[in-house]
Amino acid sequence: MQKVVAGVVVAVTDRLLTVLLLGTSSAAMAAVLPDDRGDLMYHGYEGGGVEVSGPSILVRKSIGDSFSVSGNYYVDSISSASIDVITTASPYTEEREEMSLGVDYLRNKTMMSLAFTNSEESDYLARSAAFSISHDLFGDLTTVSLGYAVGDDEVGNNTDPTFSETAQRQNFRLGVSQILTKNAVLGINWETIADEGFLNNPYRTVRYQSGDTYLTEPEVYPNTRTSNALAMRLRYYLPYRAAVGGEYRFFQDTWGIVAHNIELDYTHPLGKDWIFDLKYRFYTQGAADFYSDLFAYEGETNYRARDKELSTFNSHSLGIGVSYELPKVDWGLIEQGSLSFSYDYIQFNYDDFRDLTSSAPVGEEPPYSFSANVIKAYLSIWY
Amino acid sequence: MGKIIVVTFVSLLLQACGVEPWVKPYERAHLSDRIMQFDRDPVVSAYEHHVYQAREAARGAEGGGGGGCGCN
Repeated sequence: MQKVVAGVVVAVTDRLLTVLLLGTSSAAMAAVLPDDRGDLMYHGYEGGGVEVSGPSILVRKSIGDSFSVSGNYYVDSISSASIDVITTASPYTEEREEMSLGVDYLRNKTMMSLAFTNSEESDYLARSAAFSISHDLFGDLTTVSLGYAVGDDEVGNNTDPTFSETAQRQNFRLGVSQILTKNAVLGINWETIADEGFLNNPYRTVRYQSGDTYLTEPEVYPNTRTSNALAMRLRYYLPYRAAVGGEYRFFQDTWGIVAHNIELDYTHPLGKDWIFDLKYRFYTQGAADFYSDLFAYEGETNYRARDKELSTFNSHSLGIGVSYELPKVDWGLIEQGSLSFSYDYIQFNYDDFRDLTSSAPVGEEPPYSFSANVIKAYLSIWY
Repeated sequence: MGKIIVVTFVSLLLQACGVEPWVKPYERAHLSDRIMQFDRDPVVSAYEHHVYQAREAARGAEGGGGGGCGCN
């Protein structure tokens, strides 16, 4: 009997040692810090009378084996003569400047990240801080992550210097990334966002019927909003060197909006220098409870909106991209570089947001629609 | 015979606790290919999320970090 116990103890000890050793060895190849790389991007958006363009520079560098720091500088130069602007205000130009700093800390299989973002416009200031922690489990087949972010906004009004409001935001995130097979990986993300404060645009108005015509009054939104989003992503490596991806996201919020989007993409490398991407995305949403294209009379409801982003609409996006790996030359510290370009075409179709540039009788104008062109051109280097 | 069963049983039990990865580290060549990344170019995905967030009511669960665009 003693022998049996001794045998079991030895087996148990051996097994524990094996488990411990395996654990240690796999920890060494577990979570890794992001690549050291720099990206210089020019982005351009044009559609519905709005043009937005500017640079985005993202630089990331590791410090030792445990830390990686990153910095992003991003600019939106906006020139707007959108349907809202031409029907209720005057075209304007505006610039938004955003700066982010982040640090990632890796310890065994756990990664902790901290990031700060500051965004400034002449009439809007937004600051946010985000923390996340992720951990590899089950032989590194599963990565679980938790995140929290807090944001503080100051809302101004360029036509009224006395106007000053604030808004606060909290984000709660949960993510799981799961290796399914040697060719498939699944990602599931949940995010709850809670806003409180002044949440509408101080310039936007709603319209209400007045005889044969319409008049306008300011929008009024609730001062709280909580939204939930659940997304699933899948990537699959094909029998030849190419990958397909799929995504579905469900969204709902306390304003009565329900939205869905699906995306399919295909990535096809050609030789060792070229990568081609093709993607399609479909998005659909229902209107907020307090949205109306045309209210019956002034002050009809306590809350009111005529923001087309809160109306019932859908959009289709089709995107193509190409990336070329630059020939390897002796660039000193630079190991690798690539040049990329992508183009997206987006078509927006609104159900209950009418085109007020039409001369049709009030409430019978055709529904609004527009298309947008989005380009991204960027140089990436790894060092 | 009894000893073997006990040792095998305890061994299997411990093996279950260790969770054997069904995709071994040396079988992850395809998964580690760049084309399999959810977020191949972070500078691009951050911009794309911003483009959609500015024009849609839906937000969140895009994957990746950050604190939202804080734009109106």
